[in-house]
Amino acid sequence: MTSISETEQLRYISQQAADARVNVEIETEGMTLNLGPQHPATHGTLRIIAKLDGEQVVAAEPVMGYMHRGYEKLAEVRTYPQVTTLINRIDWTGSFANETPFILAAEKLMEIEAPPRAQYIRTILHEMSRVANVMLGIGDMGVQVGATTPVFYAFRDREYVLNQIEAVTGGRFHPNFDRIGGLKDDLPAGWIQNTKNAMGKVEEFCDQIEDLMYGNEIFQARTRGIGIIPKDVGLAYGLSGVNIRASGVDWDVRRDALPRGLVYDQVDWKVWTHPDGDCYSRMWVRLQEVREGAKIVTQLLSQIPSGPIMAKVPRIIKVPAGEAFVETENPLGVMGYYVISKGDLNPYRVKIRSASFNNVSITPWLLKGVFVPDIISILGSLYFILGDIDR
Amino acid sequence: MSDETAVEETPIEDVAEVDEAREALVATMTEKLSDGIVETFVKPGDDVWIRVSRDAWVETANVLKSEMGFGFFNFLSAIDWKPSPFGRDMDSQVDLAMNPTDETTDVGDAPLETGYAGGDTRFQLFARVNDVTTARAVTIKCDLPDDDLTAPTWIPVYPGANWHEREAAEMFGIEFTGHPNLRKLYLPGEFEGYPMRKDFALLARRIKPWPGIVDVEQMPGEDEDGDASEEGSGA
Repeated sequence: MTSISETEQLRYISQQAADARVNVEIETEGMTLNLGPQHPATHGTLRIIAKLDGEQVVAAEPVMGYMHRGYEKLAEVRTYPQVTTLINRIDWTGSFANETPFILAAEKLMEIEAPPRAQYIRTILHEMSRVANVMLGIGDMGVQVGATTPVFYAFRDREYVLNQIEAVTGGRFHPNFDRIGGLKDDLPAGWIQNTKNAMGKVEEFCDQIEDLMYGNEIFQARTRGIGIIPKDVGLAYGLSGVNIRASGVDWDVRRDALPRGLVYDQVDWKVWTHPDGDCYSRMWVRLQEVREGAKIVTQLLSQIPSGPIMAKVPRIIKVPAGEAFVETENPLGVMGYYVISKGDLNPYRVKIRSASFNNVSITPWLLKGVFVPDIISILGSLYFILGDIDR
Repeated sequence: MSDETAVEETPIEDVAEVDEAREALVATMTEKLSDGIVETFVKPGDDVWIRVSRDAWVETANVLKSEMGFGFFNFLSAIDWKPSPFGRDMDSQVDLAMNPTDETTDVGDAPLETGYAGGDTRFQLFARVNDVTTARAVTIKCDLPDDDLTAPTWIPVYPGANWHEREAAEMFGIEFTGHPNLRKLYLPGEFEGYPMRKDFALLARRIKPWPGIVDVEQMPGEDEDGDASEEGSGA
């Protein structure tokens, strides 16, 4: 029986340990993390394949198409009024806002304009869908970074807005209310006052959530300085809406290139920007958007002119030949429809420019080098809806 | 109908209206790209279209981004100008392959009707970029010959074109040379055909009658062609 001395034993152990260290330093193996397709941060079914080195992302590849419905093809075999039913389902948390640019594009080709009352109500509903959509985004961001309370507050107070949308359109989620040349119906009695009250609730929510979430140390630690998007990179990727305004680009379609048929120029409001471009600033600008949205709606409610809500439009709508692109500032960013008409009942080609598609296309660039928990912060702060990517 | 008449008809309503800013943009682009520009079209107070040759496709993007300040990439996609041989055929009211005369007519021989800024080929690329500081925007078009559906990629200039080109590739079958990752974006990997081409049949319309026909059928009391009757709108 051979015995080894204590010193030999110690040397052996330290050699083992040294080998182990060397091995760790020389031979590391990458790991592939499959995020989704059903992670809550993906707002639908987005899958992200992240190649990791330790805790750091080396490469991230989003995979989508789980919800692709082919609206561009389907729109080609439908009449113009029928297309709105489809496009309601693109960004399902701000449905009315999806209809607006398409209807405006059709109106542009037909060279008609909705009566003033319809334009005001249209703008109000467009802005209310922004408020409802962004409130959900803010609450959801809380959940992504580990705080469960904000999402309950957001869903509770969002209900006030959805109730008002339902009261006038009949649908909480998919109003299908916009028509070429006006709107389907007029406002119900008492709606204006009730909506003003609802907007009061929204403003209360903003104050509350600002204390609760934005002032929270953990929230700030999870979002400040993370996922920084420089101005030029964001623009070249086509980021729009809040995501680009949080990088210091002072550009808002509502103010700078307002299409005919919306009345944002009639009210007093402000475009908020933030110079930082990180997750926190994106969420901060979003909160201000909700505040401004409530402000715009409240002002417009007291200005609605009287009159008809529908222009004279034939029952069977044929849109004259031509091409038109109309973009509006939607809750998730700039959304536009490029409509090509050949003078028929149905559009010849509709190109849907949805905001989230471009907003998410930056993720392979943005996720490179970040740590695993930051993936969630970044995805949550970019705030996309899968229906808006997959169309 | 030739392209020129289609282009000239539209601005008749805006007589004597000249869009100086957009005309200036076209003039600058013509100066910078000279031969690259095939045709331009300005709709006063609305928009501007520039059709460039395929060789100048990337150069156009370069000029727009670095010299003209169009930093915002809006979208890129393609158009198939050859009308569908199927149309909306089952019980269709009008759209029998955009050619309502005879259901069985082969529209393959019909001359191409293209949109603003014209076009000579079946497939056309189109893209749009914005200048966010001055709120200008321009739509760029580019013809692709039928026997060579390739175009150089825009990724080095506008990285956001990556996914848009992948979508155009799988939906129209256009190959973007220099694209690092031209895999399918939405469709499953083994999918065959190019769904957004007009000759790709939409099965739902081939196998059952179009349910939307009730919206465009002639109603009692309307005139013969089922068109624009005012009594109809009050029903």
